[in-house]
Parts: sequence; structure tokens; C-alpha cells
Amino acid sequence: MSMNNQGRPSAPVDTGGVAEHPTFTGNKALAMEEPLLFETGRMDVCGVDLDEPEDFAPALGNHARKAVPDLPALTEPEAMRHYVRLSSKNYAIDAGLYPLGSCTMKHNPRLNEKMARLPGFGDIHPMQPLSTVPGAVELIAELAHWLVTMTGMSAVAMSPKAGAHGELCGMMAIKAAHTAAGRDPKIVLVPESAHGTNPATAALLGYKVVAIAAREDGTVDPAAVKARIAEHEGDIAGIMLTNPNTCGLFERDIIAMAEAIHAADGYFYCDGANFNAIVGKARPGDLGVDAMHINLHKTFSTPHGGGGPGAGPVVLSERLAPFAPLPFLRKEGDGITWVESESELKDGERPFGRMTAFHGQMGMYVRALAYMKSHGADGLKQASEDAVLNANYVRVGLQDLMSLPFGQRWCMHEVLFDDSFLKDTGVTTLDFAKAMIDEGYHPMTMYFPLVVHGAMLIEPTESESRSSLDLFIATMRDLVMSAQKGETGRFKGAPFHAPRGRLDETRAARSPVLKWERPTSRDVQPQAAE
Amino acid sequence: MRYLPLSETDRTDMLARVGISDIDEIFVDIPKSARIDGLLDLPRRQGEFAVERDMSRMAGKNVAASSVPFFVGAGAYKHHVPASVDHLIQRSEFLTSYTPYQPEVTQGTLQYLFEFQTQVAALTGMEVANASMYDGSTGTAEAVLMAHRVTRRNKAVLSGGLHPHYRQVVEGLSSMAGDRVEALGADPSGTEDILAAIDEETSCVVVQSPSVYGHLIDLKPIAEKAHAHGALLIAVFTEVVSLGLVESPGAQGADIVVGEGQSIGNGLNFGGPYVGLFATRQKFIRQMPGRLCGETVDSNGKRGFVLTLSTREQHIRRDKATSNICTNSGLCCLAFTIHMTLLGGNGLAKLARINHANAVKLKGMLEIVPGVSVVNDTFFNEFTVKLPKPAHGVVEALADKGVLGGVPVSRLEPGKSALENLLLVAASEVNSHEDRAAFVTALKEVLA
Repeated sequence: MSMNNQGRPSAPVDTGGVAEHPTFTGNKALAMEEPLLFETGRMDVCGVDLDEPEDFAPALGNHARKAVPDLPALTEPEAMRHYVRLSSKNYAIDAGLYPLGSCTMKHNPRLNEKMARLPGFGDIHPMQPLSTVPGAVELIAELAHWLVTMTGMSAVAMSPKAGAHGELCGMMAIKAAHTAAGRDPKIVLVPESAHGTNPATAALLGYKVVAIAAREDGTVDPAAVKARIAEHEGDIAGIMLTNPNTCGLFERDIIAMAEAIHAADGYFYCDGANFNAIVGKARPGDLGVDAMHINLHKTFSTPHGGGGPGAGPVVLSERLAPFAPLPFLRKEGDGITWVESESELKDGERPFGRMTAFHGQMGMYVRALAYMKSHGADGLKQASEDAVLNANYVRVGLQDLMSLPFGQRWCMHEVLFDDSFLKDTGVTTLDFAKAMIDEGYHPMTMYFPLVVHGAMLIEPTESESRSSLDLFIATMRDLVMSAQKGETGRFKGAPFHAPRGRLDETRAARSPVLKWERPTSRDVQPQAAE
Repeated sequence: MRYLPLSETDRTDMLARVGISDIDEIFVDIPKSARIDGLLDLPRRQGEFAVERDMSRMAGKNVAASSVPFFVGAGAYKHHVPASVDHLIQRSEFLTSYTPYQPEVTQGTLQYLFEFQTQVAALTGMEVANASMYDGSTGTAEAVLMAHRVTRRNKAVLSGGLHPHYRQVVEGLSSMAGDRVEALGADPSGTEDILAAIDEETSCVVVQSPSVYGHLIDLKPIAEKAHAHGALLIAVFTEVVSLGLVESPGAQGADIVVGEGQSIGNGLNFGGPYVGLFATRQKFIRQMPGRLCGETVDSNGKRGFVLTLSTREQHIRRDKATSNICTNSGLCCLAFTIHMTLLGGNGLAKLARINHANAVKLKGMLEIVPGVSVVNDTFFNEFTVKLPKPAHGVVEALADKGVLGGVPVSRLEPGKSALENLLLVAASEVNSHEDRAAFVTALKEVLA
């Protein structure tokens, strides 16, 4: 029997032309406003059932906290509602195309999540005896094998916690190698198109960053590299190059640049952020790379999680392999040893130190390996090819309307436009991006790379179907034509349909409010500790 | 391939649309000598079931913490995480979202980061907290760099009670960056005189409480001496649950508080991903590393949140940035903040009392085992046990008997004979009386 026994089927009603009333709550049906948890939480509820311990003699000395932390709680049903409502205010890959160039928002397979939660991976302690975790060491060794095979490198430092941490690790290995050779060069070359983390990493280690301008076609000119090397002869620590680069182009003279830097006793650090374009197509080791981090959260699909956690293992050339930080894998015949301390070192092993307390991002290793095993050598190659094909399909679909800064040429996994197609429309790159939000798309990467004016970097990834790309292209074309027709209203105040309109970032930075403060007239007093 | 939506027909049609017949024509810029002919020497694709079977086989070789009496700590702790936490962090809208650079469509992430910052500030007793670091150890290294920026000095003094791995992370980065580190010797008794090491060249003093050996350290005199010499006190913790019961570092005068947040909301995961907590005084915010979320209003005057003060960060400042960090521990922050929301301040305090009570009980049971003594007078949920023989072998023998009985200090500080017999033992709310009894029985057998 049906539960719907009202007997009054609904039907559209003539509203007399009134489209929308403001609501009393500020909610709009499924779009709910949600206060801060501190505004609905209370000090006298708890979402976890805990039994007060029996009497015991504390051993805190005179260090007991005088008042409990002033933090209200929510019970479980309240917490569920709070966070589910917050989640509804987020854009996500699972909800739509997320064309952030340089970020690789591809599908995150749920098998990977399930595997990471197996108790034998998720519920093991980094400091329990290694004899009780042989499967963990086996997994790390297998992932390491996939990584060095894909990249054609000699070794991999697994522990870096994110891409930028991997950069730091790679550059520390380079510095350690110079020190071991009795050298102390001061210069690191970094193209202007590089991610900001590259110069920041080099500077962190005390290096002076010398920028290399991009040439007309968006790639790095080997003549410029050689000129900088000559200017700083004897003082070159290395170069940090991204390949494919941040303009979405493969650096076709990469081998010549690698040879030049090696001839100057420098090392070639490759930012591996865009490795996803060439997995199975080319191996960085064959291009002269000495160190390259791999963003497991990009190329190998571990979730971005709203900004982390990432994982950034660094593959190393034979020259840098001895300097890999602790802990590292040692392979001897069929045996694998997880080397944790200097007391276990053998001849030739010269770790420069330690990047983090434990073994790195095990939870991400599990997910990445599940992804690799699922794809296999054939699927990984296909994924790269599809990512590149999708990007070029978008490029071809938009190049007559939008402007390509480097002309009509093949791109890799992402396509870069500049803002000259918006000239004299009164619409900026930012306006254009915000109008995309109203159409149901997350904007592409904007104003990066810095070498292109009003840059718009689109990376569709291999996860998009053809029909999804067709709709995206059609929508982008509609928006471009609308801007060029002078329909600025669609753009200037956009987004109009998002959970929030444009936010005042200047105000946020001028007088920062970085946490909730309890209203001064305290209606709830925190309880004293017992 | 189940993750790739393009069909062969799509590929053929799309290649035609871009004007070619073979995908390799697009990869023309890759030098011929470097192109891969055929496939990499790796296994072929596998279906979901095959991958699951293969990986479950590996996982099955490991002893999971929940399956045995478990007393391992030393920087990562086994706690119970409510089921709702893991459910919520797997919502697509959280799991598969990017860094909230477009605040209009990422208010969910931004609001929980704001809530997270509020919680971390309250727990540490500080004025502001950032949106997290990778983990406690890397956060500590960042704190030292920040202190150097604030004081314009470059010598850090590290307590001998600091987790040795944290010390190594700081030392590694400092030596590469050309900064100085004075690390005091291992302090298993909790009696070092760190005040004597502070001088006019000191940028910061780094003190962990509870120390890696479990001692609760009085931070006030250290803060006073540091401040008198123009230095900062960096207070470190590895067990955030302790802040429910132990006086906050902020109340004791710390300038930067940094620590590991794994215990709340996050599983052990063999060491990562974890979540570094980082808090400081308002006056230092422009020298802080990492992301910050701030409150503002939108074009309609409604409250909203944005990432702010990004002029400190690498994507704006490049080689002048305060740090090279580019991510935070987003989803681990979310897990932390949900679990913390379920607990609230009072719940955390009660959880901390349970942890402390279980540690007190365990201490009482262990110290009557013949030949065994406990080093600590004060502790929270972890303490140092002195055994009559090297701890490494004892731990292995305990594992053979199905008890994971702690971390030998020699694993953290290898090659130091004075530390060889010391064992770090941690208790938490997951330990039952039966677990403790099994530990004691096994220890007696191993030492007999």
C-alpha cells in the first residue's frame, strides 16, 4: 500500500509572475545556510559516549589544565547534519568537470579508499616491530618498483609528504651530493613559468634563484640556459624544470638542457607535477633527469581532499640515489630491507637526513598502488593518451574563439589560453571564471602561469567523456560570444547562483579574523576541569 | 578500462576532429630517442576483484593494532575514531574537492578549516592557528624557520626530550639552510637543564611536553628565560589528547605551539597521512607558514570564508615566501575537526582522563614485575620503562607472544648503550584490563 495517502496530487501553480520570494530562513530549499558549529554546539552535550574512569591517583604533578578547552560539542545527529550541509557547499570532481590546469582533477576510484582502510594497512603503527608488518614493506617496495620502472630512474625516496616536500627532498639530495663532492655552488636556475614552489624551495635551502625567461613559443630556450650557465660558471647547483611545462607544452630541447647542466656539474631537478601526460610515453630518466617528485594525488588519483593530504615520492638518478633520506628501501637479491637509521648503513649509502617522523604517506601509497594495478602498463599509457587527446579536443573546439598565446600547436594534458579574446569586452579573466561557476563548472586555473597575460589553463583529464567535453566546449563558446556581444552583466557580478557571491578578500586580509570568538556576554560558562 | 570513459569510437572520432589518425602525432615534441616503444615492463590491467585480492593478501601479513593488546606510541597513538568521522570525510564533496581557491563554491571546506583553526587555538591556548601542516615533525621544522624570521637569529636549541625523529627533521633542514642547531643529549629522566643553553644568540628553544619519554615539562621558566634573551619558546606535543588534561602551552608562555594531531580523528596508517597542528600569537601571523582561512563577507553582505594572507605564500611570493608549503592536510583536518566536534572540550577532557587513568593502572602493574622499573614521576598516557635487558629483543619476544608492547628507545636513538634497556609504553582508551594483564603476563615470561 502506498504511504502517500493524501489523495491530493500536486500540479504546477500559476504564480502570477512572481518568480521568487526571499525566504525567512535564508535557505533556498535544498541550499541550506549553516552556522558555525560553535553557534549551535553546547558545552553540556557530547557526541561520544565515554565512561568516567574510576578513582585513581593522577601523575600529572602540578601540570593539570585549569579549565577545559572552551569548545562546544555536537551530538552525532547534529554533527552529521552540520557536515553534510557544509559538504553541499562544495564543488567536487564527483559532481562535475573540474578543469583546473596543473592540478589534475581526475576521478578518484573508490576501490582505492577501500584498500587504504584494510586494517592491515590503515590500522598499523609506524613504530610497531617491522617483523609484524612485512606486508607494509612489501607494498612500499612494490610501489617503488612501479615508480622507478615508469620513470626509468635508479631509486626512489618515498617519504616526502607532498609535491613541495618532494621538491625539498630532491633539492636537499642535490645539495648533499655537491657537499659530498666538496663543492658549494650557489645558483639554481628556474624558468619564469615554474610553479611558485620551485623558487621557494631553492630559496629555503639558501640558493640564489636565477630566472630564465620563456621564449616566444612558451618553452625554455636552451640558449638562454647555456647563457645563464656561462654567466655563473662554476657556481651552478642545478636547474628546476617542469616537463611537460606549465604552459602545457613538452620541452622539446630538454635533453640539450640536461646535457648543458650536467656539463656544468649541476643537477637536473624535474618538477613532476605534469608527469600524468607522459606516463608510458617517455621516461624522465631517458631525458637526463636527476630527481623528480611524483604527485601521487595528481598522476595516481589519490584524492585531493580539499587541499591535502598529498604525497610526493622523489625518484633519483644513479648519481643521487646514495643520498636518499632515511628511511629507505635496500634491495639485495630478492630481499628487501627497510633501513631506518644511520647505524644500519652500508658502504656507499649516504642519506642526507630525514624528511619526516615516520615512513611517509602510507595511506596514499596504498591508493596509488591500487590505481596502478588497476590500470596496468596498458591502462596507464591509455590514460595519458586520453588526457592529452581530451585537452587537444578542447583546444580545437575553442581555438577559433579563445586566444592561444603560442599559436595552434599540440598541447599535452592541458591547454593554455590568454585573455586577448576578452580585449575591449570589459570582462576580465576573473569575471569569465566566475561566470563559469553559474554554468555549473569549476573555473580553470587562472593567472597562472605568470608568463601569459590573463592566463586560463584548462586540464580536462582522461576522466571526462566525449559528451561531457562537448557540453563544456559549447558552454565556453556561449560564454565567449556573450562577453564579446557586450553582455557584461552575466560576468561582472558573477557568480549569482553559488552558495556565496564574490567574497571580500581584501577585507579578510586587512583585518584578519582567523577563528570564532565567543560573544563577550557569555551565556554559557565552560565547566571547570574535575 | 573501467576508469576511462572514451570508447574506441570516441577516440577515433576525436583524433579525426583534431586532424590526425594516430595519437603519437601529438607527442611529436618528445625526442625520438626517449620515446617508449610498446609498453612499460609492468603488469597489465586488472579488474577490481583481482586488485582487491592481491592487496588484501599483503594487508593480511600485517598485525593490525586492534587485533592485539597494543601499547605502541612514540609519536603516533591508537585511539578509537567514531564511525561517523570516516563516513563524513568520504563524502564526495569533501573527498574530491580541490584547495578552496574559488571560495564561492568551496564554503564547505573553508568553513571547516575556520572551525579547525578555532579548535586548535583553543586547545593550544594560543591566539591563532593555521589550516594545518603535513605532520608534527615537519611542522616543528617550519616553526624553527619561523622563529628565525621573527628573531632574525639562526640558532635553535633543542631539548633532549624532543622526539629524535623530529630532531632529525629539524637538523636536516637547518644544516642545509645554513642555520645552527644545538641539540641537548637524550633526556630520559626529564631532568635536563635547558635554561643554561639559552643565550643572546638563541633564536628559539624547542621543548616537547609530554616529552618523548613521557615527562610533563614546566614550560614557564623556559619561556621566561627565552623571552629575557629575546628568543622564542616553541612548544611541541605528539599526543594532542594530552591537551584535554595538561595545561596548555599557551598558558605557559609559548610563542609557537606545534604538534601532531593524528590522535583525534585519524588512524595510524603506518605513519601517514597525519595532520600537523600549528598555532602562534596574533602578532606573528605574517611570519606564519601554511594556509590560513579567514572570515569575511560576500557581495550580498553574507558571512563567508576565504583563504587569506596569501602574500606570505609561495604562489605569490615565490623565492621570498615564508615556506615552500603548497598544501595542508585538508581531509585529515576535517577528520580532526569532526571528531573534536563530537567530543567538545568536556569530552576531550574526559577522554584524556581515561587515557591517563589507563596509563596509571598500567604503570602500577608493570612496575611490580621483577627487574622492571618506571622512570617517570609525571606522565600523561605514555612513560618510560627500564628493563633488565635490551628493550629491542624484549619487544620482539613480546610480539611473538601476540603483544605489541611499546617502542624500544634504541629504535629512535640507535647505538647509545645507556638507552638500550629503555622502553616507551603508551596506554589509551582502547586498552582493557585484559590487555594490560596479557602484557604483564607476557613480559614476565619474556624476562624470566
